[in-house]
Amino acid sequence: MKAMIKVTLKNGVLDPQGKAIMGSLQSLGFNGYDNVRQGKYFELDIEAFSKEEAKARATDMCEQLLANTVIENYEIEIV
Amino acid sequence: MKTAIIQFPGLNRESDMIMALENVSGAKTQTVWHTETSLPDTDLVVIPGGFSYGDYLRCGAIAARSPIMKAIVEHANKGGKVLGVCNGFQILVETGMLRGALMRNANLKFVCKQVQLSVENDSTFFTSKMNKGDEVTCPVAHHDGNYFVDDETLKRLEGDGQIVFRYANGTNPNGSLNDIAGICNAKGNVIGMMPHPENMIEALHGKTDCRPLFESIAA
Repeated sequence: MKAMIKVTLKNGVLDPQGKAIMGSLQSLGFNGYDNVRQGKYFELDIEAFSKEEAKARATDMCEQLLANTVIENYEIEIV
Repeated sequence: MKTAIIQFPGLNRESDMIMALENVSGAKTQTVWHTETSLPDTDLVVIPGGFSYGDYLRCGAIAARSPIMKAIVEHANKGGKVLGVCNGFQILVETGMLRGALMRNANLKFVCKQVQLSVENDSTFFTSKMNKGDEVTCPVAHHDGNYFVDDETLKRLEGDGQIVFRYANGTNPNGSLNDIAGICNAKGNVIGMMPHPENMIEALHGKTDCRPLFESIAA
């Protein structure tokens, strides 16, 4: 099974990198968008008997390492 | 004062730290590799600065999960002293021994310059030779020193005197909340700070402002 894990900054946490990226998009002439937020994406192959088991293990990984839950949220998708 | 210096791959400020601890604090230092699972008999554990594991994932994140950290947490829980400087502070925050997080500097730049620090808590093992409100010049060198914590915890840190150092006179180099440069835990035996006091202790550094911090360790 594959775990696809998205780690994003929590609402209210400033994202200066997102802001700089937004400025760069603007300078390229893009418009009609707002609130650029930068995040991280992890993909890993998990050996598990069920999707639930895989998700539980991925959740542990997020809580213990992949996300800093002081500032970040995570979303897990198992396929 | 028996002192253990923890060495992770990618740290590069340990020599300066050892020199400050031995020459100013009169400490007897011993370097401990990160794969060890126990500490030597020690009063103080110091995690110096640098770029452990190349700052992969988040600064300090991978070092914070290495074998030696369990022993350091136990040392702190028993009341042992712990000091983390720069990457060391980031590592202590990543282990949860200190509250909050150190994010990318607000101006996105690596800052390498001198700042003014004010001493906010003069009763810790690293500030006892100073007085509250004293200001010192101190160098900073980091890319991720932007201290962040949720409002409720921030109030508690402020109320309980857990802010040890603040950037003073508009010299906040990284956007830290409330100009926070260094904090301690509730018991006061674990201290983390972004600036490098070990680089402001002798004439060749330009000033010796930070000597009293290392003299505090000897006290």
